[in-house]
Amino acid sequence: MVDLPYTAALENTVEAPRARSGALDFCRREPLGTFGLVLVLIMAVAGLGAEWIAPYSPTANDFAAMTEPPSWAHIMGTDQFGRDLFSRIVFGARTAFIVGFSCALVGGFAGLVLGVASAYFGGRIDTVLQRINDVIMAFPLIILALAVIAVFGSGVFNVILAITIPLIPRCARVVRSSALAIREVPYIDAARACGFGHTRIILRHMVPNVLAPFLIMLTAFVGQAILAEASLSYLGLGVQEPVPAWGLMLQGGAEEYATTAPWIAIFPGVAIALTVFGFSLFGDALRDALDPKLRDR
Amino acid sequence: MHRYIANRVLLVIPTLIGAAVLVFLLMRLIPGDICAIRLGSGGTMADPRAIARCHAELGLDRSLVAQFIDFAWGFARLDFGISMWSGKPVAEEIAARLPISLEIAMMATVLAILIAIPLGTISALKQNSWLDHVVRVAAIAGISTPSFWLGIVSILAVLEISNLLFGAPWMPPIDYVPFWQDPLRNLSIAFLPALTVGYRYSAVSMRMTRSAMLEVLREDYIRTARAKGLIEKIVINRHALKNALLPVVTLIGIEFAFLISGLVVTEQVFNINGVGRLFVLAVQNQDYTLTQALVMLTVVTFVFVNLAVDLLYAWLDPRIRFG
Repeated sequence: MVDLPYTAALENTVEAPRARSGALDFCRREPLGTFGLVLVLIMAVAGLGAEWIAPYSPTANDFAAMTEPPSWAHIMGTDQFGRDLFSRIVFGARTAFIVGFSCALVGGFAGLVLGVASAYFGGRIDTVLQRINDVIMAFPLIILALAVIAVFGSGVFNVILAITIPLIPRCARVVRSSALAIREVPYIDAARACGFGHTRIILRHMVPNVLAPFLIMLTAFVGQAILAEASLSYLGLGVQEPVPAWGLMLQGGAEEYATTAPWIAIFPGVAIALTVFGFSLFGDALRDALDPKLRDR
Repeated sequence: MHRYIANRVLLVIPTLIGAAVLVFLLMRLIPGDICAIRLGSGGTMADPRAIARCHAELGLDRSLVAQFIDFAWGFARLDFGISMWSGKPVAEEIAARLPISLEIAMMATVLAILIAIPLGTISALKQNSWLDHVVRVAAIAGISTPSFWLGIVSILAVLEISNLLFGAPWMPPIDYVPFWQDPLRNLSIAFLPALTVGYRYSAVSMRMTRSAMLEVLREDYIRTARAKGLIEKIVINRHALKNALLPVVTLIGIEFAFLISGLVVTEQVFNINGVGRLFVLAVQNQDYTLTQALVMLTVVTFVFVNLAVDLLYAWLDPRIRFG
């Protein structure tokens, strides 16, 4: 072995400690994002474990305890029908997450497939799909959702359908931008040269490389879907009674009892805001973590 | 630039035609017969002659193509048909409510720009300071807070503060008067809804301003300007801000859609008899002619606002203007 000056140094080098897990690194570098994730997890756990966490049934009326202020018996007070607000908020978290995740996942995956296919095939297929996207995106989300509700009626399933439809072209547009860059890389040409089919190239080579912007968008979509569902329920056109929903709680007695029982208006709104806040913080942190250009900001 | 403008204007045509087709088909996807649903409410069967009359009035006894041509031609002439709920011309219903909605939309836009651009700029200049963190949290809170809840809370706040200051609670009036008749009353009706809707609008614009400013401040020409000895105020105002505002202008157009959505719920909260509230009433009352007209009107407004923003962008960006 050649006796080089640095050989002794190399021999004495202590092996570097193992890298910390990605999750701990994320928590250290993105404290706000971690806080957002914690908020989301709290709401998710509340929704999943509503039967065990909520002290009362969300639909049980108690006319002896109408519009009671927060107390040990009812930590967030009661509404105009004597229903425990804390229990309704906990069960409402379940409705919000069901609607939010359903819309985001269905809309997101449909948009992912359309966006990548549009970029991959290009030409007339891309032109037609983008013009259809333009048309649907010309409708503000709530307006299109209201139009779908007008046609199909309200209820959980129709609300999910109404909110999912506007999300598809929004996802497709962003995914397409990322996929257009990937379409030109050599390994896609190599895959074509190997004789792989379109489906295999799209699913195995293009989709994994657009997952970063897609995941970031999903977190934003969940937040938007929760806000849209709350707005539709507030207007009386979303989820209907007796299903507990945060927007529905604000539609009921929130304005009528605003001065005498302000807790009816405050707590459901705080629940909506905190949940969407959590998704926004987490989504921002995810973008900072996945986009190298933003890491030093 | 002329080619850019021509392309942009021509793109509007297929978008509007596609939107008209979508609205037209959507209203015809309603399960069952619209007339039977409207006339047969309360569980009773409607008179077949009344249904036939309703079909003739709405043009439903003609082919789909003829109905679409009627719908499109009527829309082009601003004849949106008769409201199935009130029996009045739809154009009249909309015209009566348009002024207050337009006023709130414009006020919200102005408020949003006045809040977003200064705060976004300061946040970028003082990156990672406590001020930057406060502005970023306020921006994310603005995006996360439902505008209708913000409206309810702002009404509560006004009631409590007025009670504390004047000994009696004060609520903004709800019956609309034009600005030139009674400016103070008009502004007291429109200010809170505009602030409620404008907060979210400003939050998104604030984030974009901050992000754009951060990118521009890292450019070589800013380093050169500082190296030449220019004072910071000139570097920021003359060199950085002008370039950073270009994407913000585009965003203002895109976010206009959220402004319209915000108006729909905010008018409900403040009990304002505007176009947004009319939309909700139309859906609740299954007034399909009114719903159809309002959706189409919203889409046309949104498309033309974005066209105007794109043309403004083309004029502001010298790379497009002289390209």
